[in-house]
Amino acid sequence: MDAILLQILNGLDKGGAYALIALGLTLVFGTLGVVNFAHGALFMLGAFCAVTFNKLLNLESVVVDPEKTTAWGSPLETRTPYVEAWLGDFGVFLNDYSVPASIMLAIPVMLLLGIAMERGLIRHFYKRPHADQILVTFGLAIVIQEIIKHFFGANPIPQPAPDAFAGTVYVGQILGMGQTLAYPWWRIVYLLFSLGVIGAVFAFLQFTTYGMVVRAGMHDRQTVGFLGIDIERRFTVVFGLAAVVAGVAGVMYTPILPPDYHMGMEFLVLSFVVVVVGGMGSLGGAVAAGFLLGILQSFASMNEIKSLVPGIDHVIIYLVAVVILLTLPRGLLGRKGVMED
Amino acid sequence: MFNNPARNDWMLLAGFSAVILCLPILLEPIGAAYPALMQKFCIFGIFAIGFNILFGLTGYLSFGHAAFLGVGSYAAVWSFKLFTMNAIPAIVMAVFFAAAFAVVVGYVCLRRSGIYFSILTLAFAQMCYNLAYSVLTPLTNGETGLQLTLNDPRVVDGLFFEPSAGLPRVDLFGLPISGGGYAGFYLCAITLIVCFYIAMRIFRSPFGMMLRAIKSNQNRMRYTGFNTRPYLLAAFVISGMYAGLAGGLMAATDPLVGAERMQWTASGEVVLMTILGGVGTLVGPVLGAAVIKYFENIFSSFDDHALHGVLGFLPNSIENPIVSFLSLFVGDGWNLTLGVVFMLIVIFLPGGIMEGLRRIWNLFNRRPGNRDAMPVAQTQPAE
Amino acid sequence: MKFEPMNRRLFLKTSAIAGVGLAAPMHFIRNAYADDMSCNVPTGDTVTFGWNVPLTGAYADEGKDELKAFQLAVKHLNGEGDGGLISVLKPTALKGNGILGKKVAYVHGDSQTKSDAARDGAKRMIERDGAIMISGGSSSGVAVAVQGLCQELGVIFMAGLTHSNDTTGKDKKRYGFRHFFNAYQSGVALAPVIGEAYGKDRRAYHLTADYTWGWTQEESIKNATEALGWQTVAAVRTPLGAADFSQYITPVLNSGADVLILNHYGKDMVNSLTQSVQFGLRDKQVNGKNFEIVVPLFSELMAQGAGDAVKGIYGTSNWDWKLEDDATKAFTKSFGAEYSTPPSQAAHTCYVQALLYADACERAGTFYAPEVIKALEGFEFDGMGNGKTLYRAEDHQCMKSCLVVQGKEDPKDKFDLMQVVKVVPREETTYDAAMFGGELGPSDPKQC
Repeated sequence: MDAILLQILNGLDKGGAYALIALGLTLVFGTLGVVNFAHGALFMLGAFCAVTFNKLLNLESVVVDPEKTTAWGSPLETRTPYVEAWLGDFGVFLNDYSVPASIMLAIPVMLLLGIAMERGLIRHFYKRPHADQILVTFGLAIVIQEIIKHFFGANPIPQPAPDAFAGTVYVGQILGMGQTLAYPWWRIVYLLFSLGVIGAVFAFLQFTTYGMVVRAGMHDRQTVGFLGIDIERRFTVVFGLAAVVAGVAGVMYTPILPPDYHMGMEFLVLSFVVVVVGGMGSLGGAVAAGFLLGILQSFASMNEIKSLVPGIDHVIIYLVAVVILLTLPRGLLGRKGVMED
Repeated sequence: MFNNPARNDWMLLAGFSAVILCLPILLEPIGAAYPALMQKFCIFGIFAIGFNILFGLTGYLSFGHAAFLGVGSYAAVWSFKLFTMNAIPAIVMAVFFAAAFAVVVGYVCLRRSGIYFSILTLAFAQMCYNLAYSVLTPLTNGETGLQLTLNDPRVVDGLFFEPSAGLPRVDLFGLPISGGGYAGFYLCAITLIVCFYIAMRIFRSPFGMMLRAIKSNQNRMRYTGFNTRPYLLAAFVISGMYAGLAGGLMAATDPLVGAERMQWTASGEVVLMTILGGVGTLVGPVLGAAVIKYFENIFSSFDDHALHGVLGFLPNSIENPIVSFLSLFVGDGWNLTLGVVFMLIVIFLPGGIMEGLRRIWNLFNRRPGNRDAMPVAQTQPAE
Repeated sequence: MKFEPMNRRLFLKTSAIAGVGLAAPMHFIRNAYADDMSCNVPTGDTVTFGWNVPLTGAYADEGKDELKAFQLAVKHLNGEGDGGLISVLKPTALKGNGILGKKVAYVHGDSQTKSDAARDGAKRMIERDGAIMISGGSSSGVAVAVQGLCQELGVIFMAGLTHSNDTTGKDKKRYGFRHFFNAYQSGVALAPVIGEAYGKDRRAYHLTADYTWGWTQEESIKNATEALGWQTVAAVRTPLGAADFSQYITPVLNSGADVLILNHYGKDMVNSLTQSVQFGLRDKQVNGKNFEIVVPLFSELMAQGAGDAVKGIYGTSNWDWKLEDDATKAFTKSFGAEYSTPPSQAAHTCYVQALLYADACERAGTFYAPEVIKALEGFEFDGMGNGKTLYRAEDHQCMKSCLVVQGKEDPKDKFDLMQVVKVVPREETTYDAAMFGGELGPSDPKQC
């Protein structure tokens, strides 16, 4: 029983992550009609905001001792981080919480990048075929990746979670259900965080006037334009918002997955599958599909199921995608006429 | 089914054949005139031409074409292992199995259009890749790749020859195809020319017109009581057969096949080749394939050393900064160059390299009405 | 359309004729050389080596380190720099003036950790650049693929980092040589150490990368630990490149196992280890014992990627720069002087391979491949950092000592992540060469 509960919890955890990663993608598609293959790169850039922030915190004063040398012959260096030297305990605390704190860096950086990307590049592609959009954003993704690789190398760079959230939480004890039901703290935090971000994006679109105009623009850009509303500008902001969502998703994911320059590409296909299964441009669909795929993947990986259907965990995501698309032509919650030219 | 091709087309075919057959001479100055790379140019040219028959004519963007290439390769290597080292049966088997697989995948995927079609094909290809890498290892030899071994049965060969001490080479009635040498290249080159000819006939045929009509407005076609599905399926299968043929040739020139040949990035590569060269044009995809393979093989092998050699004539104070800047783009940075080139081409030349060439052509021949010399990529409405 | 097959056949015939016409002159030119020519034997005053390393993809950093080692080896072979291991290798025929009087040059290519790309790169270096030896690697799939190609073209392949039993087992080739150790040797070396540390009564749970390297390692470790008296609770296969392993780790929690063995490498290992530690496995008590995690194959770069998670974890390693022998010190010093970092085990094995090949040519007195192969087969040497080493003739696997290492609890810097727990002597890691089957094939020279 505990095993099943644990697997459900794991599915929810994965689903939350999938939904959050796919959210920005479907937001951009739903509003701007642009297929953004650089979305994975934005996710990766967010993760590297955390890396950069951590590096900044760990800028060290280097004292070279010319007397002693290391085994490979360079002079021995003693290093102390400036932050800890200057700020004392607060510096240590800041270092410990560098991952959540780097959201402060990621939000403005990603917003600016998103706006720059929309103004400089994506804007010229609204009227171009989807194939062109795919190619140009794919090219951009490669360029971003390679630049990151040039500065940070190809090896993953670990980012520890804050000490307070590093261990596991005994979910079973809290719910009064048995001792063995334990789950990593940080993954619970990530699940709550993704639910929070998804909720915030929904609230923004549903309950603010700004969001209402954007939704109106999604349905009929021209008419909204006739009403004298500068819809282009709002779309720019939406693109920036999508970049921020991708970025903070990346920041918070770093303790789970040590970031490297290539991580965006690995999530790209997955996030596309989530978006398409949910229905192109449907936010609710993306969230539903994220959780559905997460839970199914979690269960398909159980030994009991793998022994019945060998290799099912390799293909489950794609199999679900095929079945859903064949039975529900527009995904779970897709609108008619989207991307069917 | 086919009318006589127009005179222009004969000229195009003759020119194309001449260029392909003279590649060993033409590519010498840019350091690409060695059989292995020229084979790859031809093989990926075939792959991209076939992809273009589907994407260029019908507008259906398949993200899983590498799966057919992989199936073709596996079929060819199995033919080498089980029957004979002759290239012909292997290539026939490659095309046959790719076609059969394309019928199944196409039948399922063509029920949807637009991005849904793309994702369905992507899903099929990724399933093939993941299974080939792991569960299907008895059939594919997984990570290590399916390769020839000394104790393969090779039933047909066993009837005629004494097995030699080492691994036999793929041959074409005595001509060695694998293991380097120019015979393999000419086999690929001539196959490419034949494929080009067939593609040209398809482009000019009523069937090709039908496919273009589906691209421009499938609904209208349906309203006239026209069943588009069989035409789409035919295009899909033909393009799958091209991919299988490319896979078969790949196996013939180098009898080892790994599962990563079917990964989605490999499918993405052929999309990039086609768009880079020019969607819907005849020559474009071949050009695109050559450009990408050239980057992958030649740019990646430059280093600071080579750059200093090329720029050695400059004074040091100018040379060093230029070299350190350029070294960003070559060697391990060749991916960056590729990314930048894609972006530039898509932004400024939506019709790919072919549009660039046509613009240059028009620059020298300023005559109105000369623009339809080549069929150009048509922009689809983004809904 | 129905004319297509006929057309093709016709064209293939034409192609055959055209091919003969165009290939024939080449053939005659090649055959004009003396009989003792093998592929790419140098005729000028330089000899070219080909380095085929991953420069893009997940192993790019490892590939860069390998390339550095190769460049260093070329320097030392040509008598530049401090000579590195040339003076320490015993016996040696190397003089530090190139090989057989010819200066060593090199070309390199990006193998992308894909067999197709690696073979393309190797072919370019052989066909266009005239490389006489290919070296490098980062995964066993690539190594086996390139080794097969080299056998076909008659060019010697000195494998870099490849750990699968298959490379010198099922898929061994006459033209392929491996200095790096393998999964079987990892198992033999590791089992006694973890048996002593964790006791004889343990229940192990394997998570294994679902491809051939993972399988061979799982099998080797399983056999070695079961011989100790351990039980294997389950062995679960995980897809390659699954970024999130949580769905495979959750079942471990309730399985009753008290040791988790991660048969992963590269990014898979970084992710699965990081995530296992996050799941609190190492703080757990099962069956009254502390839960433990074992990673049979370690590499420095992966340890850097996993960060704190590697602390206290046992694994094996081919070589480590912190060893105390003269050869290790000399190599670490000369690599450090050149690049200001200590060398990784990948760099070490590549450097050694380059030197061993050069030495074999000197000893054979020729670049003629069959003779060089003979010189390498059964060659016994010392002074490369792994004690007395034998290049076994039966399977071209080096028989030498290897290391059991443990993640350091208190590392001084990012190069000091592992401590050597035990140097397992050559006698213990030697095994029967016929164990994994396979056939080396002939060493007949090829005219390429």
